[in-house]
Amino acid sequence: MTVPADLDRRFRDAAVQAQLLDAGYDIVESPIGPLLVAATDRGLLRVSFDGGGDPDAALEHIARVAGPRVLRAPRAVDTARAELDEYFTGRRRAFDLAVDLRGQPGFAVSVLAELAMVPYGHTQTYGELATRVGNPKAARAVGMVMNRNPLPIVLPCHRIVGASGSLVGYGGGLERKEQLLRLEGAML
Amino acid sequence: MASARVPPFELFYESHRDEVLAFLRGRAGRERADDLFQETFLRALRAYGRLEHGEHLRAWVLTIATRVAIDTHRRAGDPTDELPELPDTDGRPAYEELAFLTDSLPPTERAAVVLRYGYDLDYEQIAAALDSSPDAARQATSSGVRRLRRRIA
Repeated sequence: MTVPADLDRRFRDAAVQAQLLDAGYDIVESPIGPLLVAATDRGLLRVSFDGGGDPDAALEHIARVAGPRVLRAPRAVDTARAELDEYFTGRRRAFDLAVDLRGQPGFAVSVLAELAMVPYGHTQTYGELATRVGNPKAARAVGMVMNRNPLPIVLPCHRIVGASGSLVGYGGGLERKEQLLRLEGAML
Repeated sequence: MASARVPPFELFYESHRDEVLAFLRGRAGRERADDLFQETFLRALRAYGRLEHGEHLRAWVLTIATRVAIDTHRRAGDPTDELPELPDTDGRPAYEELAFLTDSLPPTERAAVVLRYGYDLDYEQIAAALDSSPDAARQATSSGVRRLRRRIA
């Protein structure tokens, strides 16, 4: 016997309503592929490009950071879904979501805080971002933080490029980085 | 004992939801089973953060389901106090070595003894399954064991 979809959905909604989750997640469709989006009571915890595949590894990771009560619960990411939809349809240029950076090392937190201020449609180099966190020689370390960014798109690591203006790399693949920059009108 | 990590709740839920619903439909009928299903997994969710290992989660959630079915039965005014058999694992009772001893115990003590010594659950887990406190679970277990000792002696 399979649990009927409406019963399943009612339980997931009730779990959010009763505030029993350490983290709720859902798969959010987007022009750059399905995204796994997770949120806690503190804010957005994870945006990941493994939305299309087997989420087990992503769930284990979320559970290690937030706690084991991790459930797919569409209502838990309603706000994030709405803001992402607006972003992808060109109606939003900045995110208003609270973020939950638990589990991130201190250096990463300060880099991600600076990253959040790089404006829509603009790019900066790894070196420039390193300078802004007070360590001009840390371009490589900044690159590592970009590569492990827990909240791509929302924390816009796609706006960080190489010194020559080349895209260099992206956790979700260069094609996605280019798509995001085109969406923002940064690549002409 | 090598203890398995507690899996993310989603994986636990996906593994057991179908069986829990089938079990509740068998016990309480199709109509009531839906409500009991939600209550069972909400109760599991409340206790889930305190689990210390991921062993025997099937027995654990089926015990919660049993308990939920009994509690709502009681609220409905039916005085029945039966704590029924845990469902079989692979067609045989998972605790059959204990069954001949525990069958005569009062329902709560019997469930506590079986979960503790048949399934090796800790008192937090037993408490969650029986909807009581760890202390009460420990007490039910030890008074069950004392009762058994008196009977064997």
